[in-house]
Amino acid sequence: MSGLALKPDELDVSHGPILYLEGINLSFDGFKALNNLSLYIDAGELRCVIGPNGAGKTTMMDVITGKTRPDSGSVFFGQTIDLLKMDEAAVARAGICRKFQKPTVFEALSVFENLELALAVDKTVWKTLFAKLNGIQRDRIDEVLAIIGLTEQRSRPAGVLSHGQKQWLEIGMLLMQDPKVMLVDEPVAGMTHQEIERTAELLLSLRGERSIVVVEHDMEFVRTIASRVTVLHEGSVLTEGTMDEVQNDPRVIQVYLGG
Amino acid sequence: MKPIFFRHYVCLMAIGLLLLPGLVLSDENLSQDTLTAAMSKLNAAYMTERSAAIEQLAAAQEPRAIVILQALLEGHLFNLIAENKLVIGAEIEAGYKLSDAKNGQDLGIVAREATQKINLNNALRVSLRKTLGRLELNASEVKVRIHAVQAIAKDIDPEGLVLLHAQLSTEKDRSVQDEIKLVLGLEQLNSTDKPQRLAALALLKDHASPAVVNRLNALQEKDATGQFVETDADVRNSAKTALININSKLRVYAAIETVFFGLSLGAVLVLAAIGLAITFGVMGVINMAHGELMMLGAYTTYVMQQLLPDYLGLALLLSIPAAFMISALVGILIERGIIRFLYGRPLETLLATFGVSLVLQQTVRSIFSPLNRSVASPEWMSGAWQINDFLALTWNRFYILVFCLLVFTLLLQILKRTRLGLEVRAVAQNRNMAKAMGIPTARVDALTFGLGSGIAGVAGVALSQITNVGPNLGQAYIVDSFMVVVFGGVGNLWGTLLAGFSLGIANKLLEPLAGAVLAKILVLVFIILFIQKRPRGLFPQKGRAVEG
Amino acid sequence: MNLFFQDKLAGSLMAVIACITVFIPLFNLLTPVDSVLHFSAYTVSLLGKYLTFALLGLSLDLVWGYCGILALGQGAFFALGGYAMGMYLMRQIGTRGVYGNAELPDFMVFLNWKELPWFWQGFNHFGFAMLMVVLVPGLLALVFGWLAFRSRVTGVYLSIITQALTYALLLAFFRNEMGFGGNNGLTDFKELLGFNIQSEGLRSLLLMATGLILLLAFGVSRWVMNSKLGRVVTAVRDQEMRVRFLGYRVEHFKLWIFVFSAMLAGIAGALYVPQVGIINPSEFSPLNSLEIVIWVAIGGRGTLYGAIIGAVLVNYAKSLLTGWAPEIWLFFLGTTFILVTVFLPNGILGLFRSQEQKL
Repeated sequence: MSGLALKPDELDVSHGPILYLEGINLSFDGFKALNNLSLYIDAGELRCVIGPNGAGKTTMMDVITGKTRPDSGSVFFGQTIDLLKMDEAAVARAGICRKFQKPTVFEALSVFENLELALAVDKTVWKTLFAKLNGIQRDRIDEVLAIIGLTEQRSRPAGVLSHGQKQWLEIGMLLMQDPKVMLVDEPVAGMTHQEIERTAELLLSLRGERSIVVVEHDMEFVRTIASRVTVLHEGSVLTEGTMDEVQNDPRVIQVYLGG
Repeated sequence: MKPIFFRHYVCLMAIGLLLLPGLVLSDENLSQDTLTAAMSKLNAAYMTERSAAIEQLAAAQEPRAIVILQALLEGHLFNLIAENKLVIGAEIEAGYKLSDAKNGQDLGIVAREATQKINLNNALRVSLRKTLGRLELNASEVKVRIHAVQAIAKDIDPEGLVLLHAQLSTEKDRSVQDEIKLVLGLEQLNSTDKPQRLAALALLKDHASPAVVNRLNALQEKDATGQFVETDADVRNSAKTALININSKLRVYAAIETVFFGLSLGAVLVLAAIGLAITFGVMGVINMAHGELMMLGAYTTYVMQQLLPDYLGLALLLSIPAAFMISALVGILIERGIIRFLYGRPLETLLATFGVSLVLQQTVRSIFSPLNRSVASPEWMSGAWQINDFLALTWNRFYILVFCLLVFTLLLQILKRTRLGLEVRAVAQNRNMAKAMGIPTARVDALTFGLGSGIAGVAGVALSQITNVGPNLGQAYIVDSFMVVVFGGVGNLWGTLLAGFSLGIANKLLEPLAGAVLAKILVLVFIILFIQKRPRGLFPQKGRAVEG
Repeated sequence: MNLFFQDKLAGSLMAVIACITVFIPLFNLLTPVDSVLHFSAYTVSLLGKYLTFALLGLSLDLVWGYCGILALGQGAFFALGGYAMGMYLMRQIGTRGVYGNAELPDFMVFLNWKELPWFWQGFNHFGFAMLMVVLVPGLLALVFGWLAFRSRVTGVYLSIITQALTYALLLAFFRNEMGFGGNNGLTDFKELLGFNIQSEGLRSLLLMATGLILLLAFGVSRWVMNSKLGRVVTAVRDQEMRVRFLGYRVEHFKLWIFVFSAMLAGIAGALYVPQVGIINPSEFSPLNSLEIVIWVAIGGRGTLYGAIIGAVLVNYAKSLLTGWAPEIWLFFLGTTFILVTVFLPNGILGLFRSQEQKL
């Protein structure tokens, strides 16, 4: 039950990238989910990762967040922090947060309580038992509620929210954690057009202070937010570049249109 | 009580059958007359006359005579008072099941009081045993001859030795030769001639029998003053070597026996668990009533035997499909009536099916009384396969092992080769996809559950042969079967098989070290710890679908 | 609205329990035997027994109702607490046993044991025994839970190994060599803290103690569940992965609640034993643990007071039915199990609440 910020090393991004994924291999029952995958995410960058189904996008996030251990390769957070030695909770405490593909919120708890649980405080058992919100923390929750547009719904159980609202609530929970890296898996799936626009605005506004990795199928959305796009195919990086470069790459066309 | 009498009856029948060919060949009229005359003497009141009658029967060269004498020796020969007729009787619940001593004709069942046993005194019994031995030595069947050798060895005398020597010179069969050599060897050990004794020891070191072990041990003993009883050191040493040789053999036998017991226990576990593995693996349903479905199978066997009391074997064979049908039907009812409302909530199915198990238990208790019912085993399942003096494998366990493998193979083939099997596997791997492909998942669920339950019923038939049938039968096995499924890995029949057998063997290996209960506890603790290491068992399912 | 109603019901239930706890023992101590207000010793013990079961149900609701761990071995912790109390009571018998041995309980003399095994040392002190009542179940839960939660055994697997745990203990306690009286367990108690165990006064005091401890346990549990820890635990039940990714060590939270619940169960066991006068291995039987689950399911899980209502109702029905027509009891229990899981997933309270919502 170590404390929140007690890490062996401080985050060191002096060389630019905040996430280093190098030579990662992972197979399930002979199926190669990740194949010598190498990828670098810069501090403060908003990166989109696209690729057809089964390209390994979600698996990559599983590896970064400690849910799945790769067969080989290394994953570093900054220069010094080895993520492969940490479990999910430790990775989260270090400042890497994740939104799941399917919106995952605590349906029995209120919107406010959902955010409260995400709040970046000491998350050990005894501290949690005696935890009390102070004014600053309340203000922070209110602030996030405003950002994700759920101030009106603060006391309602999360279970009654619409699909899009649940997506936002989950993004809000990420914000509460005050992360350095946000991994966002399909944030606009099932959203209306207006909702998509607002989500794009939200993500763009976060760029700079945090690194954001977005996995998305909606190309229109990707075009709106991304400056840099990485294409995954069969477990490794196919190409990387601006949206236009990527879209005109014949290999990408081949992969998407089939051959 | 019952099985013992059956065994006698079986024994008689067997000898009778063995001798049948001889009967046909004999000169009927002449020998039949001697037989009748001797038999009436046997029925007489005086022992001297009986003794004469035995001589006469022995001299008759009549195969039937052996059957009569054998029955006499074992106390199965009676006088049917009303008809003053010699009969052979096998004891059953209602009285005696009689057959005519003269020709083996079935005479039906009579009350015990209607007959009078033909008695023997001790002297007569000893002489009868020898006479029979002599007669049997000439029999054409190897088993009978070996039996004869053993009978003669029991009260060995010079006359018997001569007989055995003579037999050895003419005997063609190896096993009978060995048996005779063993008897002669033991006898030779008593000689005063040292080379003779050493030769005997050289011979005996390959005979692992209780008599030899006792004799060899006796050669190692010391008297009260600490002196060896056996004064000859060479004899002592070579006896010691022989004993070591035999003991290493015995250890092998003991190991074989342990493995066999382990496998047969494992077979029971596998039978109990594979049905569960199917419902758990395919449907994610925890069926706590699985044990009670086994209990239903066991009761089906009981009822079947009540319906066909005279045909135990047939009743048992018929019980297999009957039990399958009944348990499968109850299983389908459970699925359609309760479980289908609870899909996707495995913990709830656990609770609801536990409720079902209570109801089934109480139903059986109300119908059949809370007392245990004993189910009889047909002849061919009782007794043991006596491989040698130290190694006997009981038939019922042996058959259960075979049966388990049969059921397993059958199930594997059903899943591999039939349409239902294909659909079941499809649903197990990806329910939604299967549904999208037009597989009627509801029907598949019902049939899968029926199949799993039916196998539980069949397992119950097997259980009825090794344990008492009672309302708590299922409860005793449910925790064990869950352990097997969990240990093997859900949804993998091979895993279940391997897990069942290894847990069975582990249990039997631990038993002599720790005692039965502690062995069981150790196995449970082992599994609890094992689950920590491999939360999805020996052969886990992998891939995306599992996560959901 | 919902919350308010819950509170009102919980409040009235607690008031009823408080009344039972205070007034029945008081009446019994103060009024003559033939008075209308005088309850028979049998009724008093029966009520006391129900309340210990209520505490046991409450303990299971913490892990099952709130944390989603369907523990099928809750009875094991109850029985361990009961044995700890039983060991104290055995030591209090002293020379009044059949063999009159001041040091050894009767069954040990019978087994020809010469001295007290090490694990029986200290149980002649009430304080030590009471410490063991919470420590032994707590420690078992700690070790077992640590192993299970750390390697993320969840759902059905967890349920099955908790059942295996209590089954293993059942087998172990049946053994005479274990030193806990084997088959017969511990019984023939004489006195508790110097009071005659059969006396009406002690029975009344025990009822009072049980009621007070139940109220206290309810209060503490309520407080815990209303704390942030309670919300984390509820969140673990619904979305374990999400909680992990928020940076909580889920296994620590599960372990905490599991150990807390085991300790409550142990206390319930300790209160149960002097009121029924015996503890034997059958308390470890998997069936007993499943019965606890049904209490909670019937009352309505995840509410705390639902478990209390369920425990009392089912056991009242049990007393009625086993006295009147024993063969019906299992039919009744079985059918209730089925009906509640299929039709009343939220138990009786769920029924009330959905009514309330309709209005």
